[in-house]
Amino acid sequence: MASSKSSTDEFIKGLWNENPVFVQVLGMCPVLAVSNTAMNALAMGLATAFVLIMSNIVVSSLRSFIPKQVRIATYFLIIATFVTVVDYVIQAVSLDLYKALGAFISLIVVNCLLLGRAEAFASKNTIARSTMDGLGMGIGFAFALFCLGAVREILGNGSLFGASLFHDSFENWVVMILPSGGFFTLAGWLLLFNWLKQRRAKREATTALGLRKEVA
Amino acid sequence: MVDDSLWTIFINASLVNNFVLAYFLGICPFLGVSAKLETASRMGGAVTFVMLVSSICAFGIQTLLVAIDAPYLKLIAFIAVIASTVQLVEMFIKKVSPALFRSLGIFLPLITTNCAILGLALFQTNKGYSFVQCIVYALGAGAGFTLALVLMAGLREKLELAEVPDVTRGTAMALMIAGLLSVTFMGFGGLGG
Repeated sequence: MASSKSSTDEFIKGLWNENPVFVQVLGMCPVLAVSNTAMNALAMGLATAFVLIMSNIVVSSLRSFIPKQVRIATYFLIIATFVTVVDYVIQAVSLDLYKALGAFISLIVVNCLLLGRAEAFASKNTIARSTMDGLGMGIGFAFALFCLGAVREILGNGSLFGASLFHDSFENWVVMILPSGGFFTLAGWLLLFNWLKQRRAKREATTALGLRKEVA
Repeated sequence: MVDDSLWTIFINASLVNNFVLAYFLGICPFLGVSAKLETASRMGGAVTFVMLVSSICAFGIQTLLVAIDAPYLKLIAFIAVIASTVQLVEMFIKKVSPALFRSLGIFLPLITTNCAILGLALFQTNKGYSFVQCIVYALGAGAGFTLALVLMAGLREKLELAEVPDVTRGTAMALMIAGLLSVTFMGFGGLGG
């Protein structure tokens, strides 16, 4: 990783170019499981983002003290501590939300995204950069979850954030709310991203060709 | 304590509420190791074994934590135990079958971050299963995970030879197949409770 990169770049990359869900396909379990409504998806995304930012900060500030052999176990303990905090906070703030998310709040611990960022980024970079990285990745994750949740809720329930969108005659796509809908929606988003990537690659190839012709 | 019969628990965990296709647990290995049939079934075996061991440990921890009145340590204790179990299994496999060890590669340590294992530990505590019920639940979940993985690997091996549009190659295709599999598994909804 080039050290000349500004911290803004670290922030931006998580949002789009290295979006944890659409590009890196990390942390799939909560993405599919709790994205049946936009509200659940957003809450889960923000909870994960919070844990990610905090664990990035702690891991990066302790990076010179953690022995290499037990680093993974240490990361797990740090992450588990913050997840326990989030778990109890959500339970205190909104019991309905807590019931809707269920065991998946605790399961943030095993989200590969958190461990991946701790190992690949926070353990090698300064606190400021790690914070920006956590912010970018966290917001990118929440954004992706929201994209999924919104599509599933609109098609499966005809509503967004509980507000009805369509006329009564709208037939709900029940399959979107069911587990299989999660797979289909995510597949759809990945297709869109693949298509965009391919189109850009093709365009870059043609401009490169055009430039070469001009030079010649 | 729940008085579900052992058979109901097993069917429930393996088919009706399949960990992969209904609860979305363990998606990472499900997408990552399901390219070859042989690796998939071995991975299923390893995960089932870790599930069984960690389920027994989780039962012990839960009893202990309730006894000393410290439920907030649950998550930290569970993850520590699972991590060490995986380490143990890794050493065991390396000693017994180096070939299997090589073919599982990076995915063996990654069992630690397999949500299915932690999910199992959390669900069994939430449901308040007894010791025997826990073991059956773990076996059922493991069987369900292996089944999903093997089915997926079979489909993907066939798909290697098919001609699909460029955009759909890779994860997007795998997810669509998973969606279809998940629809199929919904058919088991009437079984068990």
